[in-house]
Amino acid sequence: MPLVGKHLLGIENLSLDEIELILKTSRSFKEISSRPIKKVPTLRGRSVINLFYEPSTRTRSSFEIAAKRLSADAINFSVSQSSSAKGESLIDTVKNLQFMNPDMIVVRHSAAGVPHMLSKHCDASIINAGDGMHEHPTQALLDALTILDYKKQIKGLKVAIIGDIAHSRVARSNTMLLNKMGAEVWVCAPPTLIPMRYEEYGAKVTYKMKEALRGADAVIMLRMQRERQKEVSYPSVKEYFALYGLSKEKMKWAKSTAIVLHPGPINRGVEIDPELVDGEYSVILEQVANGVAVRMAVLYLLLGTSEEIGL
Amino acid sequence: MTLLIRNGTIIDPSQKLKKKSDIVVDRGKVVGLGKIKPKKSWQIVDASGCFVVPGFIDTHVHLCEPGREDKETILTGSEAAAAGGFTSIVCMPDSEPVNDNEAITDFILQRARRVGLVNIFPAGAITKGLLGEELAEVGEMVKAGIVAIADDPNPVENNQVMRRACEYAKTFDIPVIDHCGELRLAAQGHMNEGAVSTRLGLRGISRAAEEADITRDIILSRITGVRLHLAHISTQESLSWVRQAKNQDIQVTCGVTPHHFTLTDSDIHDYHTDFKVDPPLRTQEDVKSIVEGIIDGTIDCIATDHSPQTRLEKETTFDEAVPGMIGMETAISLCWDFLICRAGLSPTRLVELFSTNPNRIFQLDRGTLKEGAIADITIIDPDREVIVDVSKFKSKSKNCPFDGWKLRGSVVMTIVKGRIIYQ
Repeated sequence: MPLVGKHLLGIENLSLDEIELILKTSRSFKEISSRPIKKVPTLRGRSVINLFYEPSTRTRSSFEIAAKRLSADAINFSVSQSSSAKGESLIDTVKNLQFMNPDMIVVRHSAAGVPHMLSKHCDASIINAGDGMHEHPTQALLDALTILDYKKQIKGLKVAIIGDIAHSRVARSNTMLLNKMGAEVWVCAPPTLIPMRYEEYGAKVTYKMKEALRGADAVIMLRMQRERQKEVSYPSVKEYFALYGLSKEKMKWAKSTAIVLHPGPINRGVEIDPELVDGEYSVILEQVANGVAVRMAVLYLLLGTSEEIGL
Repeated sequence: MTLLIRNGTIIDPSQKLKKKSDIVVDRGKVVGLGKIKPKKSWQIVDASGCFVVPGFIDTHVHLCEPGREDKETILTGSEAAAAGGFTSIVCMPDSEPVNDNEAITDFILQRARRVGLVNIFPAGAITKGLLGEELAEVGEMVKAGIVAIADDPNPVENNQVMRRACEYAKTFDIPVIDHCGELRLAAQGHMNEGAVSTRLGLRGISRAAEEADITRDIILSRITGVRLHLAHISTQESLSWVRQAKNQDIQVTCGVTPHHFTLTDSDIHDYHTDFKVDPPLRTQEDVKSIVEGIIDGTIDCIATDHSPQTRLEKETTFDEAVPGMIGMETAISLCWDFLICRAGLSPTRLVELFSTNPNRIFQLDRGTLKEGAIADITIIDPDREVIVDVSKFKSKSKNCPFDGWKLRGSVVMTIVKGRIIYQ
């Protein structure tokens, strides 16, 4: 069974079956990354453009590695080298790229909806690698894959998402994904960082860390996105950390088997105690490894090849 | 040339009239109503099955000339108005340069006369350059022909400036129009703040932004006694503030746009930028209240806030797209379909909203078909179905979210000073 759509624009339109297919395929691809020769010929001759309008190290490299391990040609097109610095409009850039005939465009942009716009102007498959405060579907998928490395199933787990919910595409994609998979999702932040009517995503909203963490199986910490905040939503980093930073003490409210995730890059000491980042609960580096596998799976499934994967 | 409009139903709230009647127009004036025998030399229009009403007035239009003729000109804007059934429009001062002095007012009126289609009544700026700091030369502009002052599309942020503007406007007995949307609460948002903005990941504009300005304006209207017109209110709560103010005999009037009772924020699918507008599209509850406010008379008029934008300004991300919709060529059909056919509003009330009340608020010497009145007439066929086709619009810009909509009720003829300017 392939994916229904041609694009991966968000978690919102994925069915549970599609999500499970991506996760299952990701697990197969994880094995490839552990081989001495980490490359299969599956997508040979296919070209993937990484179109990044926002700075990104890990997501861009992760997509690039994923494409290369599948033998696709990956071209990085980042904002500082591109024409957009010269005033070319997004639409013109996309029309130009279209004539280079790529099979896929992986796009990140600071404005919500850009991947949707691209999907209307391009024949290539579009993967959303983060659009403004909207969605970041591969991050949510890799988070789910990581949780599943430690927990039998997602259904019935209590997952707390903590931090700058308002500006976070990771929070939105994760809330939808975990909700679809049957987890009990809690989000926690000061009210200034919770967007209006967030509970309609199917999340329980709390302003109290104890309530969010009590009995939690997994904790997803978010980066404080100071670059997106146009106003002050908390008085100081010191006070924020005291109230909402994840510390070893607060982790005691969670289950002893709980895991801590963070999409990175981490603001150590702002949202999370540095010791926790490297400590026993942390699965942050596993997330990075799973990121490559998930992106390989998505590339593979969207490019819809019927060739053998050679697993 | 004498013009006889036969067999229509005349609706004229200014003389509490609704009856089947002929109407004769001569030398730009209404000369008679009733059963009239035509003379050979007369031009005859058969209005069987149609409503013949005092010319419709759009009190909120952006014409963009001078300065942004790439979006709209006085000519194309006039043609769009005529095609939409409007015989008069009030144009906002946000041209480039701003209409904040008599030279620009003169230019607009001269150009309007040369175009010679609909009546154009300019609104002058409240503050120089629409910057919200110093009062513009309102007196000079009144002499040149403005009918109101406004800083639209900007709100007047400084409360004291607004207070002084309200006081000053009283000298000339003109209304002050405010675009309500307090900028700090609006927080550089792009759409209504709510469940949909959260889902789309778009920065929201709080409803409080509109309400904060509306309550401020009501207070200022009360203490200054100025006639204050709230251009395009969009929320349930705004409406309730206005209702309260009216109950206290504060001189406040308000308008709504057709898009605020025909669309909601849920219509912003796929980040379609033609749905980006300021004030933003609200929720179903707001739509319901606005329709109630139209029916119960809290809302005085319907105006389009016709805001042309080029493709370049719209064909971009939702964040970067310039807000605004064109509206003159869809307004009447939208209102007929949504208000009369679906919500049970009477055609008479619609004429009040589009003609009688705008004339009363802006004192334009229009809005009536009494004998001797200027013969500005709109003829509407209530049964004609139209399919909105943006490619056929007269307006120079095409930023309209209603393309392809099927609507019942359509303007069939527009007459200004006894001359047919559209049919």
